[in-house]
Formats: sequence, structure tokens, C-alpha cells
Amino acid sequence: MEASYSLDIYTPVVILLFLGAITVLAALLLGRLIRPHNPSESKNTPYECGEQPVGTAWSFFNMRFYVIGLIFIIFDVESALMFPVAVIFKKMNEIGRGGLVLVEIMIFLAVLISGIAYCWRKGDLDWVKSYVPGKDTNNGQG
Amino acid sequence: MNNTIVSYLSQYESYKGLLQTFSDVFGQAGPGLLTFIIFLISCILVVTILATIGGLGTYAERKISADMQARMGPNRVGPYGLLQFLADGVKMFMKEDIMPSTADKFIFSLAPLLALTGVFGTLAVLPFSSGFTLTNLDVGVFYLIGIGSLVGVAVFLGGYASNSKWSMLGGMRGASQIISYEIPVVLSIMAIVLMSGSLNFVGLVSAQGGLPQEWFIFHNPFTFIGFFVFFIGALAETNRAPFDLPEAESELVSGYHTEYSGMRFAFFALAEYVEIFVVCGVGAAAFLGGYNVPLHLGGEGIIGQILQVLIFFGKTLALYYLVIMVRWTYPRLRVDQLMTLCWKYLTPMAIFNLIGCALWIYLLDGQSMWDMLAGFVGSMGTGGGH
Repeated sequence: MEASYSLDIYTPVVILLFLGAITVLAALLLGRLIRPHNPSESKNTPYECGEQPVGTAWSFFNMRFYVIGLIFIIFDVESALMFPVAVIFKKMNEIGRGGLVLVEIMIFLAVLISGIAYCWRKGDLDWVKSYVPGKDTNNGQG
Repeated sequence: MNNTIVSYLSQYESYKGLLQTFSDVFGQAGPGLLTFIIFLISCILVVTILATIGGLGTYAERKISADMQARMGPNRVGPYGLLQFLADGVKMFMKEDIMPSTADKFIFSLAPLLALTGVFGTLAVLPFSSGFTLTNLDVGVFYLIGIGSLVGVAVFLGGYASNSKWSMLGGMRGASQIISYEIPVVLSIMAIVLMSGSLNFVGLVSAQGGLPQEWFIFHNPFTFIGFFVFFIGALAETNRAPFDLPEAESELVSGYHTEYSGMRFAFFALAEYVEIFVVCGVGAAAFLGGYNVPLHLGGEGIIGQILQVLIFFGKTLALYYLVIMVRWTYPRLRVDQLMTLCWKYLTPMAIFNLIGCALWIYLLDGQSMWDMLAGFVGSMGTGGGH
């Protein structure tokens, strides 16, 4: 169908994104007219259950989140690349070329599985790392 | 094949009449303008309905939890307390907008906007019926996963920009949880894409049938497991209990939205409840037969469309109820259990399901297990006759 190649079909996407932005901005602007505005110094401090905040929250953070982020990027890029292969698999299977695509999928998955096996072996999937006395590893307190 | 709501409507006589009128009045720009106006009206309609469902979701949440704990729940505003969400909305609208003086002000205001924009963006491809789908993008599934991730970005930015320790912890947890559980969810959906050979939602749904044995969840054992992997992952991706660690109120005060008040907080809450509906809708469309009416009752006409919309909403709201019920039944997981569940159980299971589905299509020609069973029983019957 001709229409599927024009950008017309993306119009609702643009409209919806604008609707989302307009809803937020309009509600905040209209609310400014009727809501109270009495800032004070103690009201504007970050909430710490009544204690005076010590330092800023923007400080050093646990490395484990970074490792999880790295693993995620590998997996996500890999699965993004697998989608086109997955889409054509059924059609290729119908014309008798399914084996070729199946091998391709298996190669993709083999990379994924070896990735997760490596991370598992290295202990990067463990949130709490075990501490063996005498063995020089990362401590589990972190 | 209908690509958008406009191309569905264009088969009706009244649309042609309207088109004629617009062309007469506006000349060359007429058809484009009419298309835009129809899109605008249907987008506003969808957003209004979904925002109402999101609001009623908060009401349902409180009412169902009250029911499970032998309480009354909200019952003052309107009949059975049904208008409670409107009262809450008005209250939040009139609340003071507090922003910590040490916060990153630009990102702080950007985060709720990103959350709501991301969720509204996903509504574009949700298949309400074969005619009433705002737009049936060829990359629909991919688009939905991509733009849905904006919510994760919003959660992290909201937590980061508040410059509060609770928010920061909640935001970090939220980011790592959402990205981790994206992997099993994407892999489970990929198995369905493999089975149907299509990335757009109408293709996914039309590869299934109206009766339960024609749904993808009962197609073969791997998709059956896949549905549960998807559902658990979806719970975690929408920050729902038992995976509500980013806003764990007993440990982190309120997590990433500790510093948010008034309307900004309301937008985070609205985005969360609409996102649950979207995720349930994706589950219904990909695994539970979507809008297919059993036995094609109602046909292709307007009655059939209404039935399809009702069927889709019925399945989605049933899943929605399940999500709420799970929240009030199970205790929250610990962070390490959360990560173990995702990376050591769900992800390997999702990969296993994907391989299983690929082999099922290749070796068994993609028949469903009921067809095979029927064939087997049939051959037994003829075998016994001789």
C-alpha cells in the first residue's frame, strides 16, 4: 500500500508526544494561578526525615550499577539486531530457507549465552559478592 | 490492510463526503487537513479514555486492596467513592509546587514531562481493534519498546535531579531494575515476533484467533512459559509490587519521587498507571489473542469493531486486575533477589523459550500443539478402525 511509505502514518506519534508535553506544561502553568507559593529555606531542603542533610546526594556510587548497565547495553544491542532476523524467519521457512535463518539466530544466541555465562562465571551477576577469608576478592560489604 | 484510523474510515461514504467538503473549502490542503483533524480528534479521545482509566486505576487499586484486607476503601466522593480520583486530582492541582533549592532545576522539571510523553507515545500503536488502531506502524513492537524506555530515563533523571539521598537511591535502583528486566521482556516478545513473522501489532494479532486454543499463549509449551516470563518482567518494568523497589516506601520514603509534590507527582503517578494498562494491552495483544472475537461474531462492520474493542479492553483489564491482585498478595523482594531473578532465572528462560520457538517453527512447521494433538488423535482413530 502506498500510504505505508509516506510519513502520514507517523502523524499520531507526533501528535501524542505533543499532547503529553502540552498536558504537563499547561497543568503547571494553570496551576500557578491558583496554587499557593510560600517557599521557605527549610521547606526547600531535601527531605531527610527531619535531619539536616549532610553533603550532597551527587557523590560516589556503587560500581555494581555500572556493571549492570554495561551488561544491559550488550544484551540490548544484540536483541535489537536480532529483531530483523526474527521477522523474516517465518517467511524464509515457508520458502524452504528456514535452516539458514535458524543458524543465524543460533549464532546470535550463542554470543548472548556466552556473554551471560562469562558474567555469571566472573560473579558479576551476584549482587552480594561472597567473601572468602584468605582469598583476595572484592569485599561483600559495599 | 488498514494502516491507520484514517485509512479505515476512508472506506465509508460519510468520509468521502467530508473529504469532498474539505477539498472544496481548502483546495489542495483539504485532504491533508482532514487527515490531521481526524488524527487529532482520535488521539485526544484515546488520551482522555486512557487517562480516565489511569485515574480509575488508582481507585481500583485502593478498592481492591481494601476488599482483600476486609476494609471499606474510598466511599465518600460520588457513588461508591468512584469520583475519588477526581478529588485527588483537584487536590494535587492546588498543592504548592516545591522544588529543593539544591536540585538541578531543569532536569527536575523535565523528568515528569518525559515520563508522561513516553507513556503517551506508546498509545499510538496499541491495537484497540482492527479498524481503531491509531497507526499500525510496521515497526510497531520495536517502536513501543523503544519509546516505553523513556519512562525509565524519567525515573532515573527524577531521582538524580532531586539531589536527595532517598531519591538518588530510588532512581539508581529504578534505572538498574528497568534496564535489567527489559531483556527478558524483549526476548519473550521476540519469540512471538518469530511465531507471527511480523513486527506490527495488527500482524501479531491477526496471526492468532478468537478462541483460546488459537492464542499464542497456548500455541506451544515455550510460548506458555514465555507469557509468564513476559508478565513478571512487565511487572518489574512498571515498578509494580513485588518489584516496587524504586519507590519502596518502607525503606526509601518514596524513592525517586520523594521530592516531587503537587502536579509533578501526579504526572508520575498517572504515567505509572497508564503504563500498566499499556503493558497489559501488549500482553493481551501478543499472547492472549488481542481483539479477535471468538467465531468472528459481529463480522467486519461497525458492530464487529465495537465487539473487538470490548474484547480487547476486557482482556487488558483482566490482566490489570491480576497486576493489582499480585501487588496486594506478595511481599517485596530484596535488591539482590531482584537481580538474581532477572539475570539468573528469567533471562536464561527467555533465551530457552526463544530457541524452543525457533526450533518449533523449523521442525514442526509452526503448527500449534492442539492441531498436532487433533492430528494424532485422528490417526489413532483411523488406526484403531483397521
